Amino acid sequence: MPTSRHVLVLEAGRSERHYWRDIWNYRELFAILAWRDVAVRYKQTVVGIAWALMRPFLFMIVFTLVFGRLAKLSSEGDVPYPIMVFVGLLPWTLFSTIVAEGSNSLVNNANLIGKVYFPRMIVPASTAVAALIEFAINLILLIGLMFWYVFAPSWRIALLPGFLAMAVLASLGPALLITALNVKYRDFRYIIPFIAQLGLYISPVGFSSAVVPENWRFWYSLNPMVGVIDGFRWCVLGGESQIYLPGFLVSIAVVGFFCWLGVSYFRRTERGFADMI
Amino acid sequence: MGDDIVIRVERLGKKYLIGHRADRERYVALRDVVAHGVLRVWRKATDLSRGRPFVDGNTVEEFWALKDVSFAVKRGEVIGIIGRNGAGKSTLLKILSRITGPSEGRVTIHGRVASLLEVGTGFHPELTGRENIYLNGALLGMSRSEIRRKFDEIVGFSEIEKFLDTPVKRYSSGMYLRLAFAVAAHLEPEILIVDEVLAVGDSEFQKKCIGKISSVAGAGRTVLLVSHNLHSISSLCSRGLVLASGQLLLDSTIDQAISAYTTNAAHKTSSTANNVLYVNTKFDRTSDFVTRVEMFGNDLMPKRAVVSSEAIIFRIWIRCREALPHGSVILSVRTPFGGTLAKFETDPRRLQPMNRIGDHFVDCRIHSFPLMPGQYLISVGLAHYGIGLIDWIPDAATIDVYDVDGEPTMSGYPEGPLIIQHQWDMSSLPVSNESLESRPSPRSLVT
Repeated sequence: MPTSRHVLVLEAGRSERHYWRDIWNYRELFAILAWRDVAVRYKQTVVGIAWALMRPFLFMIVFTLVFGRLAKLSSEGDVPYPIMVFVGLLPWTLFSTIVAEGSNSLVNNANLIGKVYFPRMIVPASTAVAALIEFAINLILLIGLMFWYVFAPSWRIALLPGFLAMAVLASLGPALLITALNVKYRDFRYIIPFIAQLGLYISPVGFSSAVVPENWRFWYSLNPMVGVIDGFRWCVLGGESQIYLPGFLVSIAVVGFFCWLGVSYFRRTERGFADMI
Repeated sequence: MGDDIVIRVERLGKKYLIGHRADRERYVALRDVVAHGVLRVWRKATDLSRGRPFVDGNTVEEFWALKDVSFAVKRGEVIGIIGRNGAGKSTLLKILSRITGPSEGRVTIHGRVASLLEVGTGFHPELTGRENIYLNGALLGMSRSEIRRKFDEIVGFSEIEKFLDTPVKRYSSGMYLRLAFAVAAHLEPEILIVDEVLAVGDSEFQKKCIGKISSVAGAGRTVLLVSHNLHSISSLCSRGLVLASGQLLLDSTIDQAISAYTTNAAHKTSSTANNVLYVNTKFDRTSDFVTRVEMFGNDLMPKRAVVSSEAIIFRIWIRCREALPHGSVILSVRTPFGGTLAKFETDPRRLQPMNRIGDHFVDCRIHSFPLMPGQYLISVGLAHYGIGLIDWIPDAATIDVYDVDGEPTMSGYPEGPLIIQHQWDMSSLPVSNESLESRPSPRSLVT
């Protein structure tokens, strides 16, 4: 918490000088809000946190049947199809949860925004923590799946945290942008479920991005989740799974662009949130 | 820093944009509806792309909730901010507590601020009492170690030990309030900003709040307090700021401020044209509905505030889209924290306000307004008499009720909101000397 002799100047149109330090000062509130989101999420449900496992697991079964068995798409090398699908579902579920929950987070916490001050960015950011916890639980399911299919990952799995960070950044950028827009224009509340549904099919979740024709892959990678999912597969599946480097760099650039856009738009509108929410 | 000023406010202003919609905007042809719809979407889309605020309506007006306000607060001062509804008190507190930014001017604050604009901010109904203490404490700016250190004290103060691990959604409203206030009471900021917290709860609870705030003030901290409870303001504060229409009217001792405010409120308000309590701007109903509510004095002079025991007229405008001979108009009053105090309804055997299609008004005349000074909420509605509601606007407006002479000790309905017209009389029975000894008190008759 800020200490005794700190001076605060409030002026019209003046941007916060110690913006990021201020966020750091409020880290305990961040932790508590994140904890609240986790604690509240599965209250008064019968199976509780198992809901977090159910969703990707069922998707995995459906995708394996539809894309693997019926459409007979090829997996990456000799990797079992369910594992390939599940490794794609992990970052996708993380992405769609953070974007969906993050986008509604400010509106859902309108009572706080209007009554107390804190750096507003910690609200959407704290929803990411809840999504990360679900991600960790799903990771355990993946390990179980790997034991079941007797599949050993290579050394590349050590790089997973890097790709995880990329996945989180790829989700936070749009989440910040949309949640700030959502304060003013509630239209975005209806756009999000649509994007999440559509994105599941245009991202290489149920299939390998290797099935995309070579001359399309560069443009396909404008979807940042292509780079993220390819990266996840590259480090978990090992062996034959390859990263298409130009496309991956495009994805990183798109992620960076959305982060910049999200943070700058959020900061520009942040001060008016209480007046508009 | 030598003069020890902790808050300096310089030429502070806050602007809002409000939209108006042309009254005649009722389309008949589908073509017009579509054309206007497209125009609206286009205008909103251009606003969006330019990052402009989003305002409904055809014309946009600037509204200054706060304009050119300057003052300075010394360390340890306890300041009461008073003013009518919409005078800018809450806007000022929101700027000082950083919830919203100013449109012009500058504020400099030295020290750690905690603001208490509501008790129980962020309480989550699904979480237990224990969990909510941590959540609420963190929102008010306490560190986790600080909450842990004061945890037992907070629980003791709130008297809810037994229910610490029960979700607060199962709490009674009294328990909820006690817990919420217990957390707030253990804040130890250098500067405390309090808004209207005292307006909730029973008198016992209000006493507890006042006691706590005066002990905070006594500990040499700086306190800024907004309340309609003039009694508590006058006993807590040393200095008063009077706000009117967003401007600082007076900055003086608290007694001067209160008397200036009450005379201003009781006399000047009767001349203001702003006697409209509620307006339905949408005109979007297909059935009959209430369009506006106005307030007048006995002489049909427009009024914005009420003085206890005076005569008052509520004028309720309705628009009838269909004729309902058995329609009735309803008016009800409640306290901000508590149930309905009274509910009046027209009787169709005597009055048929919705008998004809068109715009009409009904006047509800109250010969002697029977409520103690304070704030009240009124609700209005239309009904099929004895069958069901057609239109209902809960808490359509807040009305301020003042004392005749602005006597502060009477304010804030400390012992109940009702004024019952009554009279005390006394008489004695003619008694002999012996019976006087055996029964020394004269019997009094109460009428």
